[in-house]
Amino acid sequence: MLKPITILVSVDSNSALLGARHYKNYLSQLVKKYNLDSITDVLETGSFGNYGEGVLISILPENIHYSVKSEKDIELIVQEYLLKGRRVPSLVVEKIEKEETEEKKKNVEERVVLRNAGEIDPKNINEYIAKDGYQALAKVLNEERIEVINKVKESGLRGRGGAGFPTGMKWEFTYKVDNPEKYVICNADEGEPGTFKDRLIMEGDPHSVIEGMAIAAYAVGANKGYIYIRGEYFESISNLRKAIEQAYEYGLLGDNILDSGFNFDLSVRLGAGAYVCGEETALIESIEGKSGRPRLKPPYPPVSGLYGKPTVVNNVETYASVPPIIINGPDWFKVLGTSNSAGTKVFSLCGNLINKGIVEVKMGTTVSDLVYNFGGGIRDGKAIKMIQTGGAAGTFIKPEEMNTPLDFDSMKNYGISLGSGVILAINEDHCAVDVALNLMEFFEHESCGKCTPCREGTKVIVDILHKFSKGQGSEELFNSLYDIAETMEASAFCGLGQAVPIPLRSILDRFKDEFMAHVGVDEAPCGVCKFPKKKKKVH
Amino acid sequence: MAKIKSLEDLMKIKDDAVKNLKLRETGKRGKIVVAMGTCGIAAGAKDTFKAVVEELSDKDIDDISVVQSGCFGLCDAEPTIEVKLEGSEPIVYGHVTPEQAKRIINQHIVNGKVVGDLIIKRGEL
Repeated sequence: MLKPITILVSVDSNSALLGARHYKNYLSQLVKKYNLDSITDVLETGSFGNYGEGVLISILPENIHYSVKSEKDIELIVQEYLLKGRRVPSLVVEKIEKEETEEKKKNVEERVVLRNAGEIDPKNINEYIAKDGYQALAKVLNEERIEVINKVKESGLRGRGGAGFPTGMKWEFTYKVDNPEKYVICNADEGEPGTFKDRLIMEGDPHSVIEGMAIAAYAVGANKGYIYIRGEYFESISNLRKAIEQAYEYGLLGDNILDSGFNFDLSVRLGAGAYVCGEETALIESIEGKSGRPRLKPPYPPVSGLYGKPTVVNNVETYASVPPIIINGPDWFKVLGTSNSAGTKVFSLCGNLINKGIVEVKMGTTVSDLVYNFGGGIRDGKAIKMIQTGGAAGTFIKPEEMNTPLDFDSMKNYGISLGSGVILAINEDHCAVDVALNLMEFFEHESCGKCTPCREGTKVIVDILHKFSKGQGSEELFNSLYDIAETMEASAFCGLGQAVPIPLRSILDRFKDEFMAHVGVDEAPCGVCKFPKKKKKVH
Repeated sequence: MAKIKSLEDLMKIKDDAVKNLKLRETGKRGKIVVAMGTCGIAAGAKDTFKAVVEELSDKDIDDISVVQSGCFGLCDAEPTIEVKLEGSEPIVYGHVTPEQAKRIINQHIVNGKVVGDLIIKRGEL
């Protein structure tokens, strides 16, 4: 019998820490206790996007969102709502209404990649199929490979991992290399601090990634694929593995998929948490079982990648964008974004914001829209000091520059990077020197040590910033940071070292006065840095 | 699970699964509220509820949501259900046995004709 009431509990790695799984089980228990289990389905789903203060649950078809903080709240919901049909106003979370007034329209997300997250049970392949899942795969298997590639090219889809390389071109390069053995890899080693969009995509809708990869494999002529995922993404790993298992059972992976003669095997590989393994050649090395060190480019992976074979490496979000493009057509996707950046982008909102979480919006949305409309502004009524866009390797901007639209061209046009789509808001309590130091220590730690400019450069930068934070800086040292940045940019071996100058320069350019305020004074001006106490003169 | 061999197979699974998801959709044409207070349950509201849900799924009606509520305050007429269709006044029916529930769905929900002999109350409760 169909069950008329569905309760969705948002279980992702954040809410799991708040006890989401326990609440879900407790809810099922209570539902059974009150004999409601024949009419009520209790299901897990992915993230709803925003994180409230507690675990979010949604009761359908009434579409009420409740925020649960304790077992008592669950009891209240069951007793009041399920048994007596009364809402529990104290626990209701206000949801942004879809549609209506112009003003509200600005707050509406455009969900392409996250179309199913928070709506379906990610552990049930049938629900994905009900949402048009795997139709795109069935469609492309009847088409010529090059047709599929042309569609992706036409759509203007560009890599969502940060670099923004046109996906269709990447596929075409791989397609053109004549080799019976090719690979597709999904880069799910989301190591950029502040980024967590891929995690929530994989947790909420793992099948969209699998379908995207299968389409890519068919298009380029590969028969084997790997998802390289961070070892600490437990939820994503288990959801993906479960999804792969179900896809195999349905024959949507494996041999002779949908009777087309196309074979595709997919498996999950775990990373060990090295930032450099997000760099595609280091990632390939790691899959081969070696330590993650970047390779010399060229040759690029489309020509010589995994085991020396042609390989496509794309980001999670990129693959998840592919099935809707195939179903709705390239033109539909193109219209969503700006002229050079088609489609939507999932942003991770973090830092001192009121509403942290992920939102998916059209390309070209401005930073201030993300911070104020979606992020809800700055927490605790503080003033905003700076925003870092694009992740650790992204740029710092001042509040004055917040009206910049973010797309792949914003780096070229405004010097503000889109990167992997992070909006890190930093409030007035923080000190620019300290922020820079913190970030550079991260790069120093993650530098793999293969090349001198990066290994030594990051160390020297950290040493200099340490001096500033202890009140021992000088104008000369400040300027020398620019020299190091220039050297690293010109001579570092891979993207990691080449990217370090981007955040460094942007923060130095914009906050020089704050760095200089740390020079020649006895007491730190920021209240964050701690200057060592001067020894009293002995008379 | 059987392997999917064609687009048709895939669509078959889709059609089945869609039924489940349709139940979760919001913004429906109307809803049926079944009073499930102690009085209602004692009078057999659970069977009525079951019959409502079954009849709706048998008839492939997916734009009506079924909700249970507490006692309407009409304990002498239990089991009671309230039919709220968009654009028309809510109707409360009394003494709704499973058979009567099916009648209500066929006559009121499908054909839009109020079942006169079972009406307890018209308008908001």
